[in-house]
Amino acid sequence: MEALIVKDVSKYYAEHTALDKVSITIPEKTIFGLLGPNGAGKTTLIRIINQIINSDSGEVLVFGEKLRPNHVEIIGYLPEERGLYKKMKVGDQLLYLAQLKGLSRKDALARIKVWLEKFEIKDWWHKKVEDLSKGMAQKVQFISTVLHEPKLIILDEPFSGFDPVNAELITEKILELKANGSTIIFSTHRMETVESLCDHIALLNKSKKILEGPKKQVKDQFRSNTFLVEHRGNHFSLPSEKYELKKQAVIEDNLFSSTIQAKEGIKGNQLIRDLIDITEVYSFQEKLPSMADIFISLVKGEGDDALKKHLQEV
Amino acid sequence: MNKVWLIIQREFLTRVRKKSFLIATVVVPLIFPAIIGGLIYIMMKEAESAKPDTVMVMDESGVINLDSSKNTKRFIFVPLQTSLEQAKKTYNETKDFALLYIPKFNISKPEGLMIYTQENPSIEKIGDLESILQDRVRDLKLQEFKIDKETLKNLKTSINLKQINLTKTGEEKSSNSGILYGLGFALGIMIYVFVLVYGIQIMQGVIDEKTSKVVEVIVSSVKPFQLMLGKIVGIAAVGVTQFAIWLILISFLSSGVLGYFGLKMPQKQAMEQMAKKVQDEDVKQAMNQPNSHIKELLGNLGEIPFAKIAFVFVFYFLGGYLLYGALFAAVGSAVESIQESQQFQFPITLPLLIGYFGLFMFILRDPHGSVSFWLSIIPFTSPVAMVGRIAFDVPTWQLLLSMALLIGGFILTTWIAGRIYRVGILMTGTKVNYRVLAKWFLMRE
Repeated sequence: MEALIVKDVSKYYAEHTALDKVSITIPEKTIFGLLGPNGAGKTTLIRIINQIINSDSGEVLVFGEKLRPNHVEIIGYLPEERGLYKKMKVGDQLLYLAQLKGLSRKDALARIKVWLEKFEIKDWWHKKVEDLSKGMAQKVQFISTVLHEPKLIILDEPFSGFDPVNAELITEKILELKANGSTIIFSTHRMETVESLCDHIALLNKSKKILEGPKKQVKDQFRSNTFLVEHRGNHFSLPSEKYELKKQAVIEDNLFSSTIQAKEGIKGNQLIRDLIDITEVYSFQEKLPSMADIFISLVKGEGDDALKKHLQEV
Repeated sequence: MNKVWLIIQREFLTRVRKKSFLIATVVVPLIFPAIIGGLIYIMMKEAESAKPDTVMVMDESGVINLDSSKNTKRFIFVPLQTSLEQAKKTYNETKDFALLYIPKFNISKPEGLMIYTQENPSIEKIGDLESILQDRVRDLKLQEFKIDKETLKNLKTSINLKQINLTKTGEEKSSNSGILYGLGFALGIMIYVFVLVYGIQIMQGVIDEKTSKVVEVIVSSVKPFQLMLGKIVGIAAVGVTQFAIWLILISFLSSGVLGYFGLKMPQKQAMEQMAKKVQDEDVKQAMNQPNSHIKELLGNLGEIPFAKIAFVFVFYFLGGYLLYGALFAAVGSAVESIQESQQFQFPITLPLLIGYFGLFMFILRDPHGSVSFWLSIIPFTSPVAMVGRIAFDVPTWQLLLSMALLIGGFILTTWIAGRIYRVGILMTGTKVNYRVLAKWFLMRE
């Protein structure tokens, strides 16, 4: 089942179009990366899903149902701009936010206890938010996002403001939530996060969706049959009807690295076979595009071919 | 609806738990009795400490006869029988208050009377001395014209107009414009201050939520309109609570203070003394005069429909607060700081200010004039104007019309404000002017 289906959603403001017929499908129990440069329309889309604003056309289905007011109770949202009531105590604050999401007072109290223990911050209950450090406040905010055990969790730049230790802790909790059956939408610029955590991605640019699919499939789509070989001795020549030597660099004494592009239909194994005869191979790997590469070249407005070219050259 | 209730609770509790709320709630009621008590205390101290001043009298006229028999509470007169030069010398050797020199003079045109003092005397004391001299001269004139004091007393008549409102049904109601004026004045100002103070609290709350960015989290759980409504109602509850506590504390403390000093009230003291001194029949009658005034005053107080006024006051307080509160919320949503809000605050407070000035210039002077009528009918000015006017007996149809319009008015402003608010709270970093506000207002849902 699909956790979220966005169908031809558009949003227009007086001066510009924020979303132009965007369609996205997010499978259940996955981590979905919603990518795009600033101003691409990610926040607008997230706000529409959260019913903070309405779309001008199109429709949104949450677990197969048309978006309706009580869906807010199964959605957890961590906005990019974090915010809590500064003068309120941590415990009161979490209780209030959980109750607004439809939890009963009793359930909320029990769950807050569990989560404060999970983060080892039980003694923060009576602290005011203004007395917490930024990272500490972020933890409280993260808890407030997941307290009502939402089936759909939307995290906008969840790691900003966290040190590596806490980022690791949050990652762990996110994977736990996924294992427990939640679907998670990430909106982020941090490509390493996308590489390591996301199952699916969609890329928005200039109010339009320009790419969507499972991460592996997306990467495969941008494979360019380019290989990186480290070898000793550079006195060899590959048959030019099969290969093209893109780049060669000296690593150290007589140790070289070569970027080799194979022509259509020629597999990696074939290249290894051909190389073994003419040089001493140290290492061999296919050069796969990173998410960052894909992101940058697509957003720069170049086509698929240009991207492939770009990838061969780096 | 459940969520609005949660918001109301939060808005109410966070404010009521603040130290500043506690201080304001306790201190303000203390101020009134403290001022009353302080004033009475000072007056009593002054009365006690005021020893009579000694005035040496050098009387060459031989008719004024200021001697110890003419001593008052403030002055002791010591006649001297020397030359003026000698008298001045004698006076300078003492610490007495003054030396009064009365030459021979024409009683129809007294001239040349002089007072010598060592320090600059207060105008009040000089005035007192002058009036004593004037009384003496008047007595002399009475003797000259052969009028005795008794005749003079009979000439004096005190007239007090008793005010009666004749209603259409022919019913007679006595009234007292002094009390009504004071009541209208106090109630009108109270509404003005309350609406402004609590309206600004709403605005501050909205700005805080916007700048701390918590608003995005909240509106992902509730509709912006619910948040706005919850905030407005929650703060109204704070206002009503504070007002109720004030009312109870002020009335309790004031009556306590008056009760404490009551037995020693200066007028009463003076009256008792007079009653002891003078056994004269007509003086006793005169004594009864103020009592009848007081009785009348109390009677008038009894005829003022306090329950009705209290109801109208609460209604207009809430109505005016809701009407302006929504607008203050809209302003708060559009700006990012109190300073920035100034430009939008002015047009909101202007009609309130018009009501405030209208209260002094028209309503209290001419409560049933056409300007007063319109001010108390138009929803933007009616909270201040009608409350100021209500003590003067407003026709029922006018009151009902004004109330209906006020209800309509706050529904309208809440609707307008809600449309601006829903867009404004999520907008940061935009330069906002009236055209932008209009655009937000017109923006589709």
